[in-house]
Amino acid sequence: MCLAIPGRIIEIAAAQDDDSLLDCTGKVEFGGIIKEVSLALVPAAKVGDYVLIHAGVAINTVDEKEATETIDYIRQIEAMADTPDDRSDNDDNSAS
Amino acid sequence: MKFIEKYRDRESVQRCAAAIRATTTKDWKIMEVCGGQTNAIVRFGLDTLLPPGITLIHGPGCPVCVTPLELLDKAIAIAARPEVIFCSFGDMLRVPGSDGDLFGVKAKGGDVRMVYSPLDALKIAQDNPTKEVVFFAVGFETTAPGNALAISLAQKRNMKNFSVLVSHVLVPPAMEAILSGETNQVQAFLAAGHVCSVMGYHQYLPLTQRYKTPIVVTGFEPLDILQGILLCVRQLEAGKAEVENQYIRVVTEPGNKAAQELLKEVFQIASQKWRGIGSIAHSGFALRQAYADFDALNRFDLDISTVEESDICISGLVLQGERKPGDCPEFAKACGPDSPLGATMVSEEGACSAYYRYRRHSMERGE
Repeated sequence: MCLAIPGRIIEIAAAQDDDSLLDCTGKVEFGGIIKEVSLALVPAAKVGDYVLIHAGVAINTVDEKEATETIDYIRQIEAMADTPDDRSDNDDNSAS
Repeated sequence: MKFIEKYRDRESVQRCAAAIRATTTKDWKIMEVCGGQTNAIVRFGLDTLLPPGITLIHGPGCPVCVTPLELLDKAIAIAARPEVIFCSFGDMLRVPGSDGDLFGVKAKGGDVRMVYSPLDALKIAQDNPTKEVVFFAVGFETTAPGNALAISLAQKRNMKNFSVLVSHVLVPPAMEAILSGETNQVQAFLAAGHVCSVMGYHQYLPLTQRYKTPIVVTGFEPLDILQGILLCVRQLEAGKAEVENQYIRVVTEPGNKAAQELLKEVFQIASQKWRGIGSIAHSGFALRQAYADFDALNRFDLDISTVEESDICISGLVLQGERKPGDCPEFAKACGPDSPLGATMVSEEGACSAYYRYRRHSMERGE
């Protein structure tokens, strides 16, 4: 239910109404699919930014730099090479 | 997103699992709070990569599962009314109430529509001014801002034919209810990343201190989950109890302030009943008085009698991590996704349903 998918803002609709951010919408691309979503809750987001979309609403921005840092952190883990308990018998269960 | 393959990369996953094995010297029980995480753990077999001492306990984080039976009955009664277009996220439609589900209402001619967003329900209300459009506003803190947005827009646009049936549940009070339980076994939590994306994680600091329990804000991809477990195990082994943030790409400590302000404008914190668990103080959102006109319960006169839940079902214990799906004598017998006896089988993100989909055959073989 809390599934949320990151997408990149490719267009922000011009405000039709002068008084409220609540109406702010834009087009977001998810790997080739483009959907119109509400940008009301990410007032600072700009075209090109990644946002996290849940149920048609951008609920936050995604930090592209931090996304790569998590992966780099895992790369830095060197425990595997030193670990005798490297249970290759689990390989078949690792992913589907 | 372009990073998704990297978060499922086999080599990185194996490396992280090896680091967990190398770090673990004692037995630890870690609860993943969110049903989306449970689903990923069972689907990708992540628990099978862990050392025998690490037990993952599946938490109550499926809002579909914990929506109270009596509210489902009210939803079904409202949806059956001829003047109503009832809009809901798809996963609520087949959740059984006391007598049937929302799909059943649709089959009998009711106008029940699956929507992707609360804003779609708002559009349906605008396009159908002679109908009463009701949206089933279910979800955790992840979903609540979008629902608050729809309600706020309905008020701004002075829409008279739109209302919401609210069942919003909040994660931190449920975590505290588990930690304060006499039979609690949870020694660390993977907190629900998308909930924290909205709400931040400052509210977990008192929990870690009061209950001496590490809490790691964690994402949903295999690598996220294993890294979250690694951070938990490192804290547990070092005797620490802190809040850590694994899901740094979308979670900051303060969270999304714009979303939180809108939530505060539309909702107030209230006690909430959780299906399978019972009432938990301060664990839900209710509409504020200023938005009472949009409360579907005020708009329709309902006379509902709710039957009791099955007394065989152990979903309450499964939701609190005290039992596993396979402990139930009716798992994959009288109880399955098509005929669920209780909360944890009704949604794909419920622990029983995840085990049914991904583990049923290996469990039957006794593996």
